[in-house]
Amino acid sequence: MATKIKAGESYGFFTDTSVCIGCKACEVACKEWNELQGNNATFLADSFDNTGALDAQNWRHVKFVEHVPDKPATEGNGFAWLMMSDVCKHCKQASCMEVCPTNAIIRTEFDTVFIQQDVCNGCRNCVAACPYGVIGMNSQTGTAHKCTLCYDRLQGGLEPACAKACPTQSIQFGPLAELQQAADVRLAALHSQGQTQAQLYGRDDKVYGGLNAFFLLMDKPETYGLPNADNAKLPSRNNVGGYVGAAITAVLAVVAGLVAFRRRGEAA
Amino acid sequence: MVSLAATFGRGAMTNHWRDIKNADLILINGANPAEAHPVGFQWFMRAKLDRGAKIIHADPRFTRTSAVADMYLRIRTGSDVAYFGGLINYVLQNNLFHDAYVRNYTNASFIVKDGYSFKDGLFSGYDASKRTYNIATWSYETDSATGFAMRDLTLQHPRSVFQLMKQHYSRYTPEMVSSITGIPVADFKKVAELVGQMGKPDKVMTIVYAVGLTHHTTGGQLIRSGAALQLLLGNMGRPGGGMNAERGHANIQGNTDHAISWEILPGYLRIPAPGQKTIAEYVAASAPKKSDKNSWNFFGTNYSKFMVSTLKAWFGDAAKKDNEFAFDFIPKPASNASWMTIYDQALKGKMEGLILSGMTAASIGPDSNQVRDALGKLKWLVVMDALPTTSSEFWHAPGVDAASVKTEVFMVPTTHWIEKDGSFVNSGRWSQWKDQVLPPEGQARHDHWILADVFQRVKKLYQSQGGKFPDPVMALTFNYKDATKPELDEIAKEINGKDLTTGKQLASFALLKDDGTTTTGDWIYTGSYTEAGNLMKRRQGVQDPKANDPTGMGFFANWAWSWPLNRRVMYNRASADLDGKPWDATRPGITWDGSKWVGDVPDYPPTMDPHDPASWLPFIMNGEGVGRLFSNSMIDGPFPEHYEPVESPVANPLHPANSASPVAFLYDQAAGRPNRFGDAKEFPYIATSYRLTEHEHYVTQHVPHLVQLQPKAFVEIPYELANEKGIKNGEQVRVSSKRGKLEVAALVTKRLGALTVAGQKVYQIGIPIHWGYVGLSADSDPGKGRYWLANALTPFVGDANARTPEFKAFLVNVEKL
Repeated sequence: MATKIKAGESYGFFTDTSVCIGCKACEVACKEWNELQGNNATFLADSFDNTGALDAQNWRHVKFVEHVPDKPATEGNGFAWLMMSDVCKHCKQASCMEVCPTNAIIRTEFDTVFIQQDVCNGCRNCVAACPYGVIGMNSQTGTAHKCTLCYDRLQGGLEPACAKACPTQSIQFGPLAELQQAADVRLAALHSQGQTQAQLYGRDDKVYGGLNAFFLLMDKPETYGLPNADNAKLPSRNNVGGYVGAAITAVLAVVAGLVAFRRRGEAA
Repeated sequence: MVSLAATFGRGAMTNHWRDIKNADLILINGANPAEAHPVGFQWFMRAKLDRGAKIIHADPRFTRTSAVADMYLRIRTGSDVAYFGGLINYVLQNNLFHDAYVRNYTNASFIVKDGYSFKDGLFSGYDASKRTYNIATWSYETDSATGFAMRDLTLQHPRSVFQLMKQHYSRYTPEMVSSITGIPVADFKKVAELVGQMGKPDKVMTIVYAVGLTHHTTGGQLIRSGAALQLLLGNMGRPGGGMNAERGHANIQGNTDHAISWEILPGYLRIPAPGQKTIAEYVAASAPKKSDKNSWNFFGTNYSKFMVSTLKAWFGDAAKKDNEFAFDFIPKPASNASWMTIYDQALKGKMEGLILSGMTAASIGPDSNQVRDALGKLKWLVVMDALPTTSSEFWHAPGVDAASVKTEVFMVPTTHWIEKDGSFVNSGRWSQWKDQVLPPEGQARHDHWILADVFQRVKKLYQSQGGKFPDPVMALTFNYKDATKPELDEIAKEINGKDLTTGKQLASFALLKDDGTTTTGDWIYTGSYTEAGNLMKRRQGVQDPKANDPTGMGFFANWAWSWPLNRRVMYNRASADLDGKPWDATRPGITWDGSKWVGDVPDYPPTMDPHDPASWLPFIMNGEGVGRLFSNSMIDGPFPEHYEPVESPVANPLHPANSASPVAFLYDQAAGRPNRFGDAKEFPYIATSYRLTEHEHYVTQHVPHLVQLQPKAFVEIPYELANEKGIKNGEQVRVSSKRGKLEVAALVTKRLGALTVAGQKVYQIGIPIHWGYVGLSADSDPGKGRYWLANALTPFVGDANARTPEFKAFLVNVEKL
């Protein structure tokens, strides 16, 4: 890697899902470097994903979304079977930072979002606040954990483990401006090849002020379980909607409960 | 490997991983490189992203390779001869072949003997009672004066290879291809149009394949059909071209080179046959014959030098001119001794003991239940491995009564490769030296130390007790600092070989002699460890691409060492035209600069002027000097022909009377046991087996992080079929064949689906191979992985040439549990 890593500059990931081959080398490299045990092995029958979600033990997670048409001949080109190596987005306006009562969550000298383990009090606010479901609680330490963007490696001048392990350059690490430029070039190439559904996610400031770990997606953000620009709201700014939503949910729950009890009565 | 040698002269990937970046079009058949070779797959992506190359993936399943391919074709497993045959037909009918290349660099112009024929699925010379061919008619008409083959450079002679080939493949119309493969006619035509462009000199295509082509009773011919297409398009020998075999283990190429197969000695010298008494007799029966005046016939010409030097390395002073260099010390097996034959012999009670090293027989072979029976008939079994395997634990596998197994099993703990130094030879023939990373744990010893110790003890027994024919054991050279602990560095040096007169390491196999003054452990590795040191350790790579890869073709000549003679692309004389100019100046292999060949290490005499009328033809290893479209080195046919797998739901649309290969080896039948083949009534679905990217065969069942990624045995079931049978995603199913069953989870997906083959609707089921009754997944399973061995389903049959099992096409039934 040619990149010289200097404090005071913005770094991030550009994850190009159009070239991801779902090998999960990122997941394993991350666990090996960060000494994460992973969760109990469970067969999820969800395409080739048996990791399930990002949490305290999984800081990279390759999502698989099958849109393969049941036809004897078709195109691949990164959109028939979507694979996306998901990770903490290191948001410019990070919900987790906003709700953290102890200031355990900081922006580092590399402009990444980092949870200081010795300051975290385990309140779980950040777990609930993260719109991407990135953060999990470590049952042994009682603190919140997530991708550090390999803070220790950056301090030692090394690129993050996942980017180093990625065989197809789907995960690219570097100074944010360079990554954004590379992403624009790649997007233009895909558009010129007629893949007009390809789009950048988090490249601009429309979601959480922009993401340091941004993506090239081959379908709408919702397809990957990501909030789109309309839904990407910081906790402090969507309180009203939140309360209204909670009220409606509560009403629905009561109604559903009544219905359920009635059915049970019928069955008995 | 057999089929590549039969076509080009050497049995290995012709180009190398990095070279795939140079291709314009990439055909992937019988392979899933994104999953099985994710690191090497970066070069496919570079071709796609940097050059705009197109990737066409034909596979029974839509895999992670298909996910990034430009075109995915759902093909019926084992029908690739029809696919390539259809492309050959398209190229020939539309005159899209590379004319100058075909005339001058292939045997298209050679005239085949009168009497050769192909009728109703049978080539001339078939003996039905023996299930073999007499191949006498599959050869060239010769000039009685010179003994050389007759040629017609106009390609018009009706018995020229070109005309016979054209006739043979005329049956492979797009409609016929579709009927056999299941690929719709229109989609096949799209592929044909793209492939048809690749015969232009400034275009180049690569074909990449793996065991998805090999693991069939027609495996050799499946590969040869692609190889013949590449010769017609003039894509052999060129950067970005080639017929590229991807190997399934880090060092399987090295294993093959050093004679892991019974029928060869190191360096692809043929194993001697009974009755051969002298080197001359052996060479006469084994070496390729020169059949054209411009053929160098390098292998044939030097065969005795390679053999004598090998014998000198093995038997030292005991190998002398007057005892035929101890030729009678080496075995001359009278019958086949391939993988399945070993277990077949054990089943017959003819084997006393077996030493397994670096593999687990109970998982890797076909028909696991029968292999387990075979292991149970041994008196003793030694398993040398770093971790428990299904073989070391077979005697107390779930469902086995341990008391009933009489075999005495010894587990000898070995070091893992990370605990020793040595070389790995990758698919692209690069021998790369590695260091020891961790010290060995516990009582683990290196495999080669165990074998050395066993050898010394056997030798002592001969010394103290005598015995029949002790000479080969007593005379075997063992010149290591510690005879029970040879260092891999010492062995590597020995493999390279030396000049006994000067004591110096040899720089090239061209220096080997047959007078007893030189040695080599494997002639194709001569040049890897010279007086300059161990060249496999070299690491001049991407840190300075300008200096280390001046042509930009990715040769990196000072990165590790590549056999033969550090050549990166084999047959590279064919990358240049008759004048020595590259077919495509932007992608040169080697170029004649007026006095010498420059670029890659030439696969040719370095200063041979191409304008000299006596200059050699480009395929120096073949007796013809050219690539073989028609080859009599395959015992199941000189032209590849589509045959059905031994178990198939349809009759062969080309010749239903001879549906499957007439010479496939049916072990049970040959041994007097009943054949156990299922028919489509009882077992209506086609199944194929494969690996997933998350696991490395069986050994990663011991690695928690990888077990988490794919934690449990499963099969992939087409969505439409699952609906028909009421199977929901994640439910348990039973998959059974005539030989055994699996009870595993179903992964329901549209990545597999229905095909229309010979007018019938057929489904294909996908079966990953990684699980068994040993490892973390089995430990946590309530049934302890009792019905998890994928090979419980596969048939005990072999391809006629290499006896390769048919792991990739067989019939099963599926039931919801």
